[in-house]
Amino acid sequence: MLLRHTSKEVKVREGLTINPAKTCQPIGAMYAALGIHGCLPHSHGSQGCCSYHRSTLTRHYKEPVMAATSSFTEGASVFGGQANLLAAIDTIFAVYEPDIIAVHSTCLSETIGDDLQQMTKKAKDDGKIPEGKYVIYASTPSFIGSHVTGYANMVTGMATQFAESTGVKKSQFNIIAGWMEPSDMREIKRLAKVMGINIVLFPDTSDVLDAPQTGKHVFYPKGGTTVDELKSSGDSIASLALGSVSAEPAAIALEKKCKVPFETLDIPIGLSATDRFIMAISKVARVSVPEEVTTDRGRLVDVMCDMEQYLHGKRVALFGDPDQLLPLTEFLLDLNMKPVHIVSGTPGQRFEKQMRQLLDERSPATNFKSGLQADMFLLHQWMKNEPVDLLIGNTYGKYMARDEDIPFIRFGFPILDRIGHSYFPNIGYGGSLRLLEKILNAIMDRQDRDALEEKFELVM
Amino acid sequence: MEANKIIPDPAQVREELIQKYPAKVAKKRSKSIVINDPETIPEVQANVRTVPGIITQRGCCYAGCKGVVLGPTRDIVNIVHGPIGCSFYAWLTRRNQTKPETLMDANYIPYCFSTDMQEENIVFGGEKKLKIAIQEAYDLFHPKSIAIFSTCPVGLIGDDVHAAAREMKEKFGDCNVFGFSCEGYRGVSQSAGHHIANNGVFKHMVGRDNTPSEGKFKLNLLGEYNIGGDAFEIERIFEKVGITLVASFSGNSTVGAIENSHTADLNVILCHRSINYMGDMMETKYGIPWMKINFVGAESTAKSLRKIGEYFGDEELKARIEAVIAEEAPKVKAVINEIMPRTKGKTAMLFVGGSRAHHYQDLFTELGMTTVAAGYEFAHRDDYEGRDVLPGIKVDADSKNIEELKIVADPELYNPRKTESELEALKEKGLEINGYEGMMKQMTKKSLVVDDLSHYESEKLIEIYKPDIFCAGIKEKYVVQKMGIPLKQLHSYDYGGPYTGFEGAINFYKDIDRMVNNPVWKLIKAPWETAGNGKGAGLAASYVTQ
Repeated sequence: MLLRHTSKEVKVREGLTINPAKTCQPIGAMYAALGIHGCLPHSHGSQGCCSYHRSTLTRHYKEPVMAATSSFTEGASVFGGQANLLAAIDTIFAVYEPDIIAVHSTCLSETIGDDLQQMTKKAKDDGKIPEGKYVIYASTPSFIGSHVTGYANMVTGMATQFAESTGVKKSQFNIIAGWMEPSDMREIKRLAKVMGINIVLFPDTSDVLDAPQTGKHVFYPKGGTTVDELKSSGDSIASLALGSVSAEPAAIALEKKCKVPFETLDIPIGLSATDRFIMAISKVARVSVPEEVTTDRGRLVDVMCDMEQYLHGKRVALFGDPDQLLPLTEFLLDLNMKPVHIVSGTPGQRFEKQMRQLLDERSPATNFKSGLQADMFLLHQWMKNEPVDLLIGNTYGKYMARDEDIPFIRFGFPILDRIGHSYFPNIGYGGSLRLLEKILNAIMDRQDRDALEEKFELVM
Repeated sequence: MEANKIIPDPAQVREELIQKYPAKVAKKRSKSIVINDPETIPEVQANVRTVPGIITQRGCCYAGCKGVVLGPTRDIVNIVHGPIGCSFYAWLTRRNQTKPETLMDANYIPYCFSTDMQEENIVFGGEKKLKIAIQEAYDLFHPKSIAIFSTCPVGLIGDDVHAAAREMKEKFGDCNVFGFSCEGYRGVSQSAGHHIANNGVFKHMVGRDNTPSEGKFKLNLLGEYNIGGDAFEIERIFEKVGITLVASFSGNSTVGAIENSHTADLNVILCHRSINYMGDMMETKYGIPWMKINFVGAESTAKSLRKIGEYFGDEELKARIEAVIAEEAPKVKAVINEIMPRTKGKTAMLFVGGSRAHHYQDLFTELGMTTVAAGYEFAHRDDYEGRDVLPGIKVDADSKNIEELKIVADPELYNPRKTESELEALKEKGLEINGYEGMMKQMTKKSLVVDDLSHYESEKLIEIYKPDIFCAGIKEKYVVQKMGIPLKQLHSYDYGGPYTGFEGAINFYKDIDRMVNNPVWKLIKAPWETAGNGKGAGLAASYVTQ
């Protein structure tokens, strides 16, 4: 047994988190910043933060993840990190030549009260930022929220620090990507094209974290939202924010700054969330949904009909991040499955309320906890008390899955031991079909494995 | 087989590496880039601050303390006091394998423990939450030991983890609780954390159990973390030759073994950088000499075993060691003979760790490959130039805050395992006791040595040298591979290994052969990219002639 010390008996904990279902803000900020073209993320803290975030993102994407650090020492921690940040800006522009440096803070720089707004202003005043180049920032204290919060804060930083309103509206819409994979962002762009609308998608990590092997390391890959696009987001007709935790804060900021109205939607995972996404585009852009999209939808529903017997009543435990869990849970319910246990380390009343509402309506018996001590240890204990047929979550779930001998689907962040998430979307009708295929394979492989010889089926 | 490559002029390379840097940065970096001469080893600037903004391989003090040294011991509950990230990122990512003897034995390695500090803990202090967390861990698991690791904010807000640990230890009575002030900002790299970890393990663990250990030839294995099962292979060999491993620091280890480690008669050190302090402290307090050995490489393993045999001076042991070497050597030789024609003459670069960049050169030598450039991520000058330079290293502001424990001989337990004259005799036989000659002595003249290699420098080096393989870590892995050069991870071994001992050498030879000769590196260009895209003459009507 790998997790041999996890007992069935659930005791309330107040101080100790065990096997967290979240990590800290700065990694989210680093990920988001990689979705700007020509941008070098910069971690304002001690070296370990930057090293850990780069390592985790690299393991997840199997791609180069470039980022710099202020390399705090004890001196900087006592006297403040301004000198380090200014020195870093000099070095970075001279050596790594980005168009943009996106600085995020850490628990260290936040605890000592470093003010990134003042410091980046000083860098500008001191002439450290070359003409036509930018330094943006986001405050991302690790002791508040989670990695998702950090992502949201950096995306908000993009909106507030780049968006401009010229007074002339452009015939385009903003789609603010919640935390999703490069594959998902690529799919959003494809869907927008199919729907016939012009969009500014930000951030956009496609063609950054899924770059081709060419024999050359391109430090700033061709992907990423450009500065011009980000600037023009202030002139867009409206914004669609995909995810109330990871994307909506940027939409709110953009409305405040440039009066761009917005609507918040779920990340389009599963049938219903994709339906709402397509409907919202159709409504806001006044475009009719093309046949192609309807056919895609039909294919997904077709499989849901054809394979319903394998899905019905199957009990699922899931853990991950709010903006994924919400539409995923809804999809499982649409598939007639039973989400039995749900855990997210990311705190937030809004998410709590939305998930409760969904569960109250459609699955009131589900165990659900988010925020402090909503961790995988608790989830595992729940699973020991009320067993499930399927576990869905990031790679760390494999320890529970192995111990409990439960089929396991990797979904979320980080996925450290498989590929695919960066290449094949989990969103839209096609992506949902892929997710459904994975669910069916997991369940049906298990049926095959466990079937008695006389009950072993050829056709399923 | 490729012909031997022409090695570029290192002096020119050095200039190119620093050319793009701003003047101050160039000046600083130039002292860390050195052209080797094994006869008159030049000075390398090491263990100094990384210039802010430079993309470095380095991590932090916490990583060195919790991640490296304490992480591999399976029955300690390691609670990280801080926001959630620090504990999360160090959770199972270092591949420290461990094998509890029974299902009942404690193993907390698959677990991640954190106080998950929130804003109110930063503002009002986190000690209360820490104590609650320790209590909850105790109530849930009843472990033998609980260790507390401080992350950056903890030192800044003044939480006293040591006081909290003492209080809880006293309260429990049957659980050893101790803390580490290993905030990420201390020192200039992971190295500070190694030192802090050594101090803590020595103070709080070593010497708690005086039960005489059994066995005739008893030693501790220091600086071996059982990544990819390295310690398992060493354990296999020790068992075969009849050496008793009292404790390993800290791969596949237990609290009990470390507490009893002072009953061994020799410390052998694998990773000098991370654990040399322990060797020195145990020498002073208990009279246990230490010896630098290397179990990476088949020849090095044989050499190290012979050194151990020589140390114990027992003819029977020496004979068994020779018998085991003779038994293991043929399988190693068979693999080398098969692979060597495909690897001979190829070049390697190693930029990793505080010892690995040295040790792994032995394996490349065995493959007939040349190391053209090497350097460490977080080493000190002694790891490069040898311990002779130790008295001359000046302690700077970043190092002086790392506690140097004042150790004296234990009035009861000090027992010099060898007399002065015995040590002298061993030295005459070529055994270096309590010493290490460093990496550079083993590297060829005009090879390049670079400390704390930056991303920019690594790309330049690859451009200039075009090595056949580059060894570093996960952050560098895909950058280098995008350049069409295979990268072997020497922290995580690309999820392979073990690479120690005889079996490990075989694994490594096969992996390197696979990597440098993989056909995929020749498939990078699409056929139309080399054949003139769109300029063809149409389809040849091949059916006519067939």
